[in-house]
Amino acid sequence: MDLSFSAEEQTFRAELRLFLADKLPPEMADAVRLGRGLSKQDHQGWHAILNAQGWLAPNWPKEFGGCEWGAVQRHIFEEECARAHAPRIVPFGLSMLAPVLQKFGSKAQQDHYLPRILSGEDWWCQGYSEPGAGSDLASLTTKALRDGDHYVVNGQKTWTTLGQHANWIFCLVRTDPTVKQQAGISFLLIDMDSPGIEVRPIILLDGSDEVNEVWFSDVRVPVENLVGEENKGWTYAKYLLTHERTNIAGVGFSQAGLAAVKRLARSQQHRGRPLIENPHFAARVAQVEIDLMALSTTNLRIVSAAAKGQAPGVESSMLKVKGTQVRQEINDLARRAAGVYAMPFASEAVQGSNEAPIGPDGTAAVAAQYFNNRKLSIFGGSNEIQRNIIAKVKLGGGG
Amino acid sequence: MNFELTLERQMMQDSLRRFLSDRYTTQVRNDLLDSDAGFSADIWAQLAELGILGALFAETQGGYGGAGFDLAVVFEELGRAGVVEPLLDSAILGGGLIAAQGSADQQKLVEQVIAGSLHLALAHGEPGSRYDLPHVETTASQQDDAVILNGCKAVVVNAEAAGYLIISAREYGAPRDEAGISLFLVPSDASGLSMRGYPLLAGGRAAEVVLDRVTLPVSARLGAAGAGYPALAERAAAASVALAAETLGAMETAMALTGDYLQVRQQFGRPIGAFQALQHRMADLLIELTQARSAVINAAGHLSAEPRLRDLHISAARNLVARVGRLVAEDSIQLHGGIAMTQDYALAHFAKRIVMAEHRFGDADYHLEQFIDLTAT
Ligand SMILES: Cc1cc2nc3c(=O)[nH]c(=O)nc-3n(C[C@H](O)[C@H](O)[C@H](O)COP(=O)(O)OP(=O)(O)OC[C@H]3O[C@@H](n4cnc5c(N)ncnc54)[C@H](O)[C@@H]3O)c2cc1C
Ligand SMILES: Cc1cc2nc3c(=O)[nH]c(=O)nc-3n(C[C@H](O)[C@H](O)[C@H](O)COP(=O)(O)OP(=O)(O)OC[C@H]3O[C@@H](n4cnc5c(N)ncnc54)[C@H](O)[C@@H]3O)c2cc1C
Repeated sequence: MDLSFSAEEQTFRAELRLFLADKLPPEMADAVRLGRGLSKQDHQGWHAILNAQGWLAPNWPKEFGGCEWGAVQRHIFEEECARAHAPRIVPFGLSMLAPVLQKFGSKAQQDHYLPRILSGEDWWCQGYSEPGAGSDLASLTTKALRDGDHYVVNGQKTWTTLGQHANWIFCLVRTDPTVKQQAGISFLLIDMDSPGIEVRPIILLDGSDEVNEVWFSDVRVPVENLVGEENKGWTYAKYLLTHERTNIAGVGFSQAGLAAVKRLARSQQHRGRPLIENPHFAARVAQVEIDLMALSTTNLRIVSAAAKGQAPGVESSMLKVKGTQVRQEINDLARRAAGVYAMPFASEAVQGSNEAPIGPDGTAAVAAQYFNNRKLSIFGGSNEIQRNIIAKVKLGGGG
Repeated sequence: MNFELTLERQMMQDSLRRFLSDRYTTQVRNDLLDSDAGFSADIWAQLAELGILGALFAETQGGYGGAGFDLAVVFEELGRAGVVEPLLDSAILGGGLIAAQGSADQQKLVEQVIAGSLHLALAHGEPGSRYDLPHVETTASQQDDAVILNGCKAVVVNAEAAGYLIISAREYGAPRDEAGISLFLVPSDASGLSMRGYPLLAGGRAAEVVLDRVTLPVSARLGAAGAGYPALAERAAAASVALAAETLGAMETAMALTGDYLQVRQQFGRPIGAFQALQHRMADLLIELTQARSAVINAAGHLSAEPRLRDLHISAARNLVARVGRLVAEDSIQLHGGIAMTQDYALAHFAKRIVMAEHRFGDADYHLEQFIDLTAT
């Protein structure tokens, strides 16, 4: 056992800090810090900055232009980026689709799509969930019927995050309705500009417009857009889900969030003293910090084991549950810390204008974020589903 | 002991519930949330006509209720329907303070409140005061027969709609002293008074109010100079009964929506309500909700008790309801899954009402601390 970072790791952290201080645009960091929505251009701009440095794809193998970093280096990267209030890396192309293409895609697909993900030419979104297929993803009904050298796709996807920005969507579609659910699913790449696709925004409870419905009517998709084999899509989908869960613990986000809570609690007065000195509030903060310290190590232990070839199974479910609990608790603390100033609705109109936001620095978006981040325990496999997985593996029982 | 509501209160509950379930649909509410005014003048007038505003005042004040249980019955129904109209601000706080403290002349305004023709707002909290009730830095200085107010007031709910603001200001003493706080009845168009309005996350509107040498006649004082605190504390207690009851009603609706959804949402070939993991969560929520109702009853039943006993029950209820509220809001969303994250689905609004109520007149920690202070000796 050795809990210290090696000399190279420390050098890497120092290099990263310099890079972030130099290259991360301050207005972008402010927007992230204050919880303002980021535009497509913001995300693309940040991706381009990372790509220029060669750091956009920490988990990709070198042969595809990635960093192929180890667990600790990725951990440091996530920690430092969150600490500097860098925008998150939009995961759909980089950490979801890319690993699937790298493992199961044809050479032609790899050569065509992977460079376009790095360059930002393509923005991908994830078309898994449907109105009737949430936790029970395998019950999906969007169908793709073979017609010559095309598939004809009909159906509806939903909850498609940032689909309004995307020009491509990777979808699970049903290609064989006659077999067991999981056996008739294929993994299809669809150009969002194809005739017959309609994207409709869904407004979330905090007023944000990050998710969409995507409707398909007689959309023609060339057969070469099939990934791997027909009817093997479920295997690829599950492979993708394990990647979806790699940074699922969100340790960096929690660390940055907790630091923000402390800043806020130092600036807020409670009965004539800084709120941070109030024993009830301080105890809440300490409790979460204790959990987070252990979580950081849990995360490193699991990710390191995974790097040695032990595929994370039940462990990633544990990280998902605990990681989201910690993040949501921190959102709750921020809401509490803001006091009465949690109440104003920081609409885009207020935030986007030149007017200063209502209330002290850092309070404007806390309540909206508290509500928005309820999603963390719902998507990517709900926490109940994760518990079912853990119980099934550890007890051999069912859900 | 008798846990039945009186016949009058049952009738009021029935008629209010019927009115709101007819008129206050999810669509109507969502339209209101998007509107510039933030609430409906039309529904306000109808609530007045139904006598709901009058039920929040005692007979001696021109109403026919005003007791803790009247407030609790009305606000539970408002919460159940997700009502965003400012009954708390115009009636309980504004009207209540004028009724309790006002001169005969000032009290005439209460009639207008009950009739639905006048809105009010309490401008008390300040940017640095958080939930601390005696913390007033806004100053009032008397020069001959004029009083001059200077200061800032934070998150003044309903300020823009109000014809008058009731403004607390310090005439003497240190910022956290109970003695020295006066209340003033100030026309919202008084010169030197400016506001910056904005919508609230859970519906309705508020404003940051700046008082820059607002000059008033001494007759604008509500009650005696420097002696406003006890009345403020009494109305804060009444507001807490109302908020706790409103949260209770909103939780009832959140639970009902969740219970229904668990029956109809199918995953893995069965209703999700068939999963024991979810059944147990629901069972726990129902247990907590039952507790919350008892805490609200305790608080309502002690609103007119002596201040220490009153505040002990108020803080107990606010602490318990805040804890349960968070649980109910979060779990109702979780048990629904993604659908509950959408603005259009009814639950979103109730979850926000429940959680954001904790930010008025003290959150769970504030009331825990109050409770400790009141019970430690
Ligand atoms: C903000 C947001 C963004 C999203 N982004 C995307 C995206 O980009 N692409 C995409 O494809 N999807 C996305 N999703 C969809 C997400 O993956 C689903 O919401 C999730 O799978 C849950 O499905 P559901 O919402 O239909 O809930 P349901 O599956 O209907 O679940 C409802 C409740 O039942 C519980 N439950 C279900 N089955 C069981 C069981 N067997 N045992 C115990 N409890 C159970 C759930 O835990 C939950 O509490 C997003 C969702 C949200 C909210
Ligand atoms: C101190 C003590 C005094 C008692 N006194 C009496 C008495 O006076 N008279 C009398 O008749 N009995 C008495 N009992 C027995 C008591 O009623 C049983 O212990 C109880 O019914 C549980 O049965 P069990 O211990 O066999 O546990 P089990 O029934 O085997 O349960 C084991 C665990 O599984 C859980 N479990 C079981 N079924 C389910 C399910 N369907 N869903 C979810 N979880 C489940 C249980 O909650 C428990 O956690 C007493 C027990 C104790 C410990």
